[in-house]
Amino acid sequence: MATHGKKQDNRSPADWWLFVLGFVLFAAVGFWATPAILYAEKPQPFQFSHKLHMEQVGEGCQSCHAFREDGSYTGIPSLEKCKECHGEEPMGETPEEKVFSKDYVAKNKPIPWQVYSKQPPCVFFSHAAHVANAGLECASCHGDHGDTEKLRTYEYNRLTGYSRDIWGWSLIPLDGPPKRMKMDDCAKCHRDNGVRDACFVCHK
Amino acid sequence: MSSSASEMRFGMVIDVDKCTGCGACSVACMSENNVGVLPDETDKIRSITWLRVYQIDNGQPYPNTQIAFFPRPCQHCAGSQGHHTPCVSVCPATATDRDPKTGIVSQIPTRCIGCRYCVAACPYHARYFNWYDVPWPEGMDKPLSPFVAPRMRGVVEKCTFCFHRYQRAQNKAFTSGEAMGEMDYQTACTEACPSGAITFGDLNNPEHKVHELKKSPYAFRLLERLHTDTAVYYVSAREWVRRQADNYLSGEKLAKVQAGGGH
Repeated sequence: MATHGKKQDNRSPADWWLFVLGFVLFAAVGFWATPAILYAEKPQPFQFSHKLHMEQVGEGCQSCHAFREDGSYTGIPSLEKCKECHGEEPMGETPEEKVFSKDYVAKNKPIPWQVYSKQPPCVFFSHAAHVANAGLECASCHGDHGDTEKLRTYEYNRLTGYSRDIWGWSLIPLDGPPKRMKMDDCAKCHRDNGVRDACFVCHK
Repeated sequence: MSSSASEMRFGMVIDVDKCTGCGACSVACMSENNVGVLPDETDKIRSITWLRVYQIDNGQPYPNTQIAFFPRPCQHCAGSQGHHTPCVSVCPATATDRDPKTGIVSQIPTRCIGCRYCVAACPYHARYFNWYDVPWPEGMDKPLSPFVAPRMRGVVEKCTFCFHRYQRAQNKAFTSGEAMGEMDYQTACTEACPSGAITFGDLNNPEHKVHELKKSPYAFRLLERLHTDTAVYYVSAREWVRRQADNYLSGEKLAKVQAGGGH
């Protein structure tokens, strides 16, 4: 033990600097390089302002994202829903809307949105249970998505193909709206509120 | 009886005397639950049928031969008198569990490690191992149901009483504010049966048909003496049919006391 302690005392400042350098280097690899390699970006078909639309519609989120009669949820609205207000002529001045009118409304083509919250096929999620039954606000899981002026970059995992929002761990909420779509987030909320967290509640 | 402890207990009453053995239930089940077709479906050791129709006969020579058919879904055992659900108690990965709220035994293929203890433990051969990845032929993946996830090679799967239909019915109940009715949640096999041999509902709910049907003097369950306390009842007026539901000695009388997990 004594000789071991003596050896430690012999470390020079250069040794410590080498340790700090190595630590910083590997931390950088972990926090920056790994996600850069693991996740790829996909562009949205065109930009969309939730903020602008929220100012135009009367019933908030429900104006476009609504329940069907059988209790299922429409999710991202279909082109038909957009066409209730939008015609083939743009309503505003933005170049984004021109793309929307020309490429999608005029051609009657569904918009291939990249969905941040799209879950893998083995996951069952019920909007009815959370919104209609538990009375949760949309923002509790989707964050301030409804107030944003721009769609943030969609990232997906190169290995699984799933959105970055829904798989992995929420270690540090670094960028953008809160990513509250991971299994740990679901499980934590269920546990905190005493809701059943058996596997079969959410997995199919 | 442990079943009375649960709020609901979904189960079936299958009238063996009405079953013609047509197999419509099996087909409906496969289609509903994305059970694939393997290159060699004649290999019955390795093919997958969540709801399999078994044929039995009375062993008499012609012209006294009689046959009967037993549609066999997962029996959703509760276990009585200190016994437990056979598959749940052996699963090392908690991939299968009995939900006390609905009485349904779940199976989570994404959690399954493929050890097949549950396959060995199940007295009803209701569990199936995926020996192969299902080769969905070109275009055949299009009619897959989005409500049930397809499974991969190396995991176990089984009947779930169409649990996704329960969740759909629950969604409707949440948004409409009305309680879930008996007909809101019915399994695919029940709907498909052309002779109405399968009745499905909450065994604990006096308003559901199964609650009354299971009390029939002709009602019995498979291998009741194992105390698995299954949720699937069968009904037959023919004694030789009832006799084959359990391992009776040749001279032994049919023991009605066994029904309901009694003595």
